[in-house]
Amino acid sequence: MGGEVNATMLIARIRKERRGAGASPFVLDVSIEVPPGITILFGASGAGKSTLLDCVAGLARPHEGQITSGGDVLFDSAARVNVPTPKRRIAYVFQTLALFPHLSVEQNVAYGLKDLPETEKRERVQAILKAFRVDKLRNQKPGEISGGERQRIALARSLVTEPRVLLLDEPLTGLDAELKASIVDDLRAWNAAKGIPILYVTHTRDEVDALGERVIALDNGRVVSAGAPMEVLNAPRRKKLAQAAGFENLLKATVLDLREADGVMRVRLGDSACEIEVPLGYAAAGSRVQVAIRAGDILLATDRPRGLSARNVIEGRILSLEQRGTMVVARVDCGVTFIVYITPGAVRTLKLSAGRPVWLVLKTHSCHLVD
Amino acid sequence: MESLWLSMKLATCVAAILLVVGMPVAYWLAYSTWRWKFLLESIVALPLVLPPTVLGFYTLVAIGPRGPLGKLWIALFGHGLAFTFGGLILASVLYSFPFAVQPLIVSFEGVDRRLLDASAVLGSGGLRTFWRVILPLSLPGVVTAAVLSFAHTLGEFGVVLMVGGNLAGITRTVSIDIYDRVQSLEYGAANRMALVLLVISFAVLSFVYAVNRRVWTPWAAK
Repeated sequence: MGGEVNATMLIARIRKERRGAGASPFVLDVSIEVPPGITILFGASGAGKSTLLDCVAGLARPHEGQITSGGDVLFDSAARVNVPTPKRRIAYVFQTLALFPHLSVEQNVAYGLKDLPETEKRERVQAILKAFRVDKLRNQKPGEISGGERQRIALARSLVTEPRVLLLDEPLTGLDAELKASIVDDLRAWNAAKGIPILYVTHTRDEVDALGERVIALDNGRVVSAGAPMEVLNAPRRKKLAQAAGFENLLKATVLDLREADGVMRVRLGDSACEIEVPLGYAAAGSRVQVAIRAGDILLATDRPRGLSARNVIEGRILSLEQRGTMVVARVDCGVTFIVYITPGAVRTLKLSAGRPVWLVLKTHSCHLVD
Repeated sequence: MESLWLSMKLATCVAAILLVVGMPVAYWLAYSTWRWKFLLESIVALPLVLPPTVLGFYTLVAIGPRGPLGKLWIALFGHGLAFTFGGLILASVLYSFPFAVQPLIVSFEGVDRRLLDASAVLGSGGLRTFWRVILPLSLPGVVTAAVLSFAHTLGEFGVVLMVGGNLAGITRTVSIDIYDRVQSLEYGAANRMALVLLVISFAVLSFVYAVNRRVWTPWAAK
């Protein structure tokens, strides 16, 4: 397997410092390998994702490092190699898409094909517009078409040049899930034949679940985790990553005792009397840890539940209910405040309101330890 | 009306030269990250604050038979540059330089940087990016630069008087002609020419403001 995979793999080792006018200097210091297929680059905003992509595309210059694509050196600080952006053959779709507003869709897509004869140019533009289902918009200007269509055209414009790597910086932000999935399907179909490495930046958890074959998690300029999405995101090691990954509850806790035989330990949350059981971690009794729990993983009951396998049933009182989109965010005081996501239907059926006593149910394995 | 025709010819030449010379200068001033750039910006803006007589004086010294430019010109063409139409063009180009360069800088800077990045990523170097992206998106600025340098040249007086003198058909522009007529109490003729200048100036400025309101921006969404 090795040879063929390495033939197109993107390998980047980058160190870039940014001493801005702002408060703290930022250092991006990463080493990544991107095989063919979609790799998600995940992290909160400010983690260095866009800077990393800019370095790979040659729009920003690392202070130190090496970037190779399929064995070709694009940048090497030691050997003083820095291939200019136009010669890198790396496609890059920006968050803002950056379609040329004064050119038609067809002219936009043909922009990167300057060296081809006119007939071949037209054929390739037609083919890719069809593949992304926007061939009807050929003569429109970017200002005249919808957001989803613009995103398809930006992808088509990048891919028609037959790049060796594709960089996507949150290109599908603001689209609904269905449209997003349909665009991603088209992208996957295109890449099934080409097999290039695609580095896809996002800071939303949904996109990771929908797309990810591999995930690289970035936090404060470093790679904190890399692997399959479930491994990376379900074991968050850093607080910011935990929040970004959708762990709305991040609670300080003190370890009370370890039960190695059961693979669990008991912790007390904050300064409250509230005790819960969490998976066994590398911690001694008395040490301080953080517990991350997704708001969607917590059950809410109006009577004390019985006969459950879940080990943690905590009594509390609803502080507030707030409708957010199609879900309701409940804040529940149990000595510490929990955030719980419930559906509007559940609020109606259970007649929930602020001040109402409730019980929260937490599975042991929904509680994640954070370093 | 010979003087009006001469002024038009001068203004057209100057506007055309300034577009060609001004674009690379404006491009550099818009995108360079050189730390001493502000010095060049100051030099470019200098004609805005200098009295035309100062500019005219130094230009005259430079292009006179003992000046460096004058000597070069005589060596090349066998005659001097002072008090000729060519000398007038040179002085006017210097005098109207900021009127062409400033609008170009502003419009170049207004082009979204990510569009330039997109062009580079799609394989285009600086020159192609300029022709295909920066220039078309800076069209209002280019029009403004051309029109303002035309109008500013049309109305100049001090520099022309210093460098060109007052030779009928060669360097007597309309503004100097008006001055002459007033001196010789021909108020009727002075008024006709002044009125023409006034109307042209108003039309030109209206055009510039309309363009910058994007009244006719061709790629605007419906």
